[in-house]
Amino acid sequence: MKDYSGFIFAAYAFAAIVVGAMIVKIVADYRDLKRKLARFDGREIKP
Amino acid sequence: MLKYANPTHFLALAARLIPWLAATTALLLIAGLYLTFFVAPDDYQQGSSVKIMYLHVPSAWLAMMCYVIMTSAALGTIVWRHPLADAAQKAAAPLGAAFTLLCLVTGSLWGKPMWGTWWVWDARLTSVLVLFLIYLGLIGLWRTIEEPAQAARAAAILTLVGVVNIPIIKFSVDWWNTLHQPASVFKLGGPAIAGSMLWPLLIMAVGFTFLFFTLHLMAIRNEILRRRLRRLSIDAAHAEEQAEATA
Repeated sequence: MKDYSGFIFAAYAFAAIVVGAMIVKIVADYRDLKRKLARFDGREIKP
Repeated sequence: MLKYANPTHFLALAARLIPWLAATTALLLIAGLYLTFFVAPDDYQQGSSVKIMYLHVPSAWLAMMCYVIMTSAALGTIVWRHPLADAAQKAAAPLGAAFTLLCLVTGSLWGKPMWGTWWVWDARLTSVLVLFLIYLGLIGLWRTIEEPAQAARAAAILTLVGVVNIPIIKFSVDWWNTLHQPASVFKLGGPAIAGSMLWPLLIMAVGFTFLFFTLHLMAIRNEILRRRLRRLSIDAAHAEEQAEATA
């Protein structure tokens, strides 16, 4: 049987990048929005 | 249930649910990956390349499921004009695009060693590519129209038109001769896949589904906050204008 490890690694690495990018983008967006809203409310930002 | 359709109540519910959903997602994906790499056997024909199936199939299911969720939200926008339906629809589009891209790329990486080609213009592959383009079109539409309510209605109409592609994707392998294999899990007469491969696949699929719901909930929360920020910015600008006018 042939060795397909290169294809398998590429598929899982791509999935990790796509899922990681989605998580980072959503979390960063949330933090940015909370910061901007806190400025309006004049509140302290929760970590 | 209707109580949670109120954005403020929804934010409170999301804050409670997100940590639990994220933890369940992590556990399911760890279990799924363990079963994929250490328990599930190689295929007698495809060898170890079948490991790609455990990513490809869940992403394909989610690519379609996300669109079905967007279609329900689009109905909520058009029929009830509910702001939460708008937010759910807008938040789902980038996730759907990401899972469709993942499905296309992992399919290509599986297709090359098995079919000898990265891509063929067969009905299944082409209809999934069309789904990806619809997602991109919807993201573009949301970004182009500044007024959220107007953008929501336009996106809802496009979503409802595009839903015709979902049965085409599902049944393309039955309606036309395709290089892509026919359904092997959800089919009449039960799954045509061995239990030792089916269970890891189902656990990965449930893990991916939890991942989607976690990210969707987080993205809806962001969308509600973005609208709140927009309203506050507009109010502040009006207040400033009035102050200048009275001065």
